Amino acid sequence: MGESKLSGAPNSIEGAQDLLRAGNYVADRALATTLFLALKLKRPLFLEGEAGVGKTEIANVLAATLGRSLIRLQCYEGLDAASAVYEWNYPAQMVEIRLAEAEGITDRAQLSGDIFSERFLIKRPLLRALEPDVAGPPILLIDELDRTDEPFEAYLLEVLADFQITIPEIGTVKAAEPPIVIVTSNRTREIHDALKRRCYYHWIGYPDAERELAILNLKMPGAGERLSREVVAFVQRLREEDLFKLPGIAETIDWAAALIQLDKMALDPESVNDTLGVLLKYQDDIAKIQGSEAARLLTEINVQLAAAE
Amino acid sequence: MNATAKNAAPSGEGKLAENVMHFGRVLRAAGMPVGPGTVIEAVRAVEAAGLNRREDLYWALHAVFVNRRDQRELFDQAFYIFWRNPKILEKMMSILLPSFGAKGEDLPETREANRRLADALFPGAGEAPQPAAGEDEIVFDAAFTYSDQEALRKTDFETMSAEELVEARRAIARMRLPIMNVRTRRYRPDTRGSRIDMRAAMRANLRTGGDVIPLRWRSPRQRHPPLVILCDISGSMSRYSRMFLLFMHAITSDRDRVHTFVFGTRLTNITRHLRHRDVDVALARVTEAVDDWSAGTRIGKCLRDFNTDWSRRVLGQGALVLFISDGLDRDEAHGLEFEIERLHKSCRRLVWLNPLLRYDRYQAKAAGAQSLIRHVDEARTIHNLESMSGLAATLAQEWQGPQKARPRDRMGAVA
Repeated sequence: MGESKLSGAPNSIEGAQDLLRAGNYVADRALATTLFLALKLKRPLFLEGEAGVGKTEIANVLAATLGRSLIRLQCYEGLDAASAVYEWNYPAQMVEIRLAEAEGITDRAQLSGDIFSERFLIKRPLLRALEPDVAGPPILLIDELDRTDEPFEAYLLEVLADFQITIPEIGTVKAAEPPIVIVTSNRTREIHDALKRRCYYHWIGYPDAERELAILNLKMPGAGERLSREVVAFVQRLREEDLFKLPGIAETIDWAAALIQLDKMALDPESVNDTLGVLLKYQDDIAKIQGSEAARLLTEINVQLAAAE
Repeated sequence: MNATAKNAAPSGEGKLAENVMHFGRVLRAAGMPVGPGTVIEAVRAVEAAGLNRREDLYWALHAVFVNRRDQRELFDQAFYIFWRNPKILEKMMSILLPSFGAKGEDLPETREANRRLADALFPGAGEAPQPAAGEDEIVFDAAFTYSDQEALRKTDFETMSAEELVEARRAIARMRLPIMNVRTRRYRPDTRGSRIDMRAAMRANLRTGGDVIPLRWRSPRQRHPPLVILCDISGSMSRYSRMFLLFMHAITSDRDRVHTFVFGTRLTNITRHLRHRDVDVALARVTEAVDDWSAGTRIGKCLRDFNTDWSRRVLGQGALVLFISDGLDRDEAHGLEFEIERLHKSCRRLVWLNPLLRYDRYQAKAAGAQSLIRHVDEARTIHNLESMSGLAATLAQEWQGPQKARPRDRMGAVA
């Protein structure tokens, strides 16, 4: 029965891989398997990994390739029900009360039914995600869950278990078909096991050189063959260094874009130094790499690339 | 449990389900949180993913069974052993389960198969540590007089007699450490609040059904920030270590969001061990987990480990850090200044508790101590019960140090 509505959902692991590929996302088989299971068995997908490895991107790509709407809930400390689930439109309610007075309506039950109706409900992401959508169940991206606090996590548990939300004044809203849920975490704190248990878990690591090159070629076709190779080799080499924050794929792409803007066809020590701020986000890390260290890494990867050719 | 049923099951699917179930039990025995529900989920996942490739089986099971990154390795090893030959692990399991009486000796080769998994499967000789004996012998004197207590409060832990130590232990166990509350962005109803609770007001209006909307108020909820304790257990601190552990246990079991670490030559996270309610069991577990008791100190290196591996995970949401150390560093404060500065910059407030500060003439002369003193918000002594409870008093106050100006609360603003 769900088949027709879930049009476009992959039927195999290869299908999942192709689906991501169609959205310019190069995934390894492990990720494709987990995603396929999440789509097929309709469970949330829990993605954990360092910043900039493409966790959020998966939701964007899925929304584009499956043609669903994307509903995003960005988490932050102190996120509460009023901004995550729903809120009443108080000014409109007050106007309504005033109008009712003017019309002489004194029936309290009727007034109550009027002002606490869906008309005055401001829907926030979680509630919106449970509503039927013409394009099929939407994609709910719960981004950086680790930023919020435990009480919200506990609330989320309830929503993700049954895909329903209770609004005391109206009743229970239940999704006819559960949305595709993608939860991401940067692991700045451990998410409780109870929540993770309800999801398929996947850790997204840094890609190997081959996959990173494929990603870069897809995302930055403007970068020449040589530049792309050098950029990837340099970043891969940088990840072996002892840094506080290693560059992610997002940084690789940004860096390539910056170098293209500077009309570089190949890496040279000077441009590496000038653009290092795109790759490394901590001053201590930059200070460590800048100058002679960058030049050394550069000669190292050039030798390596020459040997590979 | 029933291994013979295995041979009787002819259908491939039934066998698969059974194998997944056994695999789940192996993982559970190895310490992963695998319940019956998880196993059912796993069977479903494997059926959905298909069995065309070994890799698919691996990742399908991985998606269900693993939910923390550090479980990956264990899963990996269990997977390769189990799916190569489920029988081996079954045998290992049978040793583990009490209903099968077999001893481990008859399977030496499987033990060799993989030491780490074997370690996980056979927790070794060390059973759950027994509470330290000797405590029962001491009769607690309820009539401990006030002046005695007063004297005890001022006695240095270093010079306490065994009896006094026992008494101090009790005092510490009773100790509460209220730490300051900070405003969160959540609200709670409050009749004396400064903001209007529109939702409650609208509901109240309906109740009265009248022309006036009675105002309801709310105010920001308060909550204590996470507390992180880093405690030095090196040789120079050894006389205090035990007392500090008791102190940390009292704090940890008293509230949520506390993380405790000890360090000497390397850093160990002991939060999980200290969570045990019984103080003796908790301390025994810590003793087992930590293997650099009373050795040298490498503060710089340990802080560095903390900064790279833990700070981003435990210092979120404006944590308060208690750094317990005498600042004597074997590495001659190598890299210490840099790391303590980074630590200071990533937390709300950094308090250095230094037992040496009890000496009036103490001066931060050691290189390590000098770097520390430059980068902490506050340095306090901690050498007797009085200083421990004094600590409580300072932590309970809102920190008035360098603070960014906050936009003023608007009266009656609706958030």
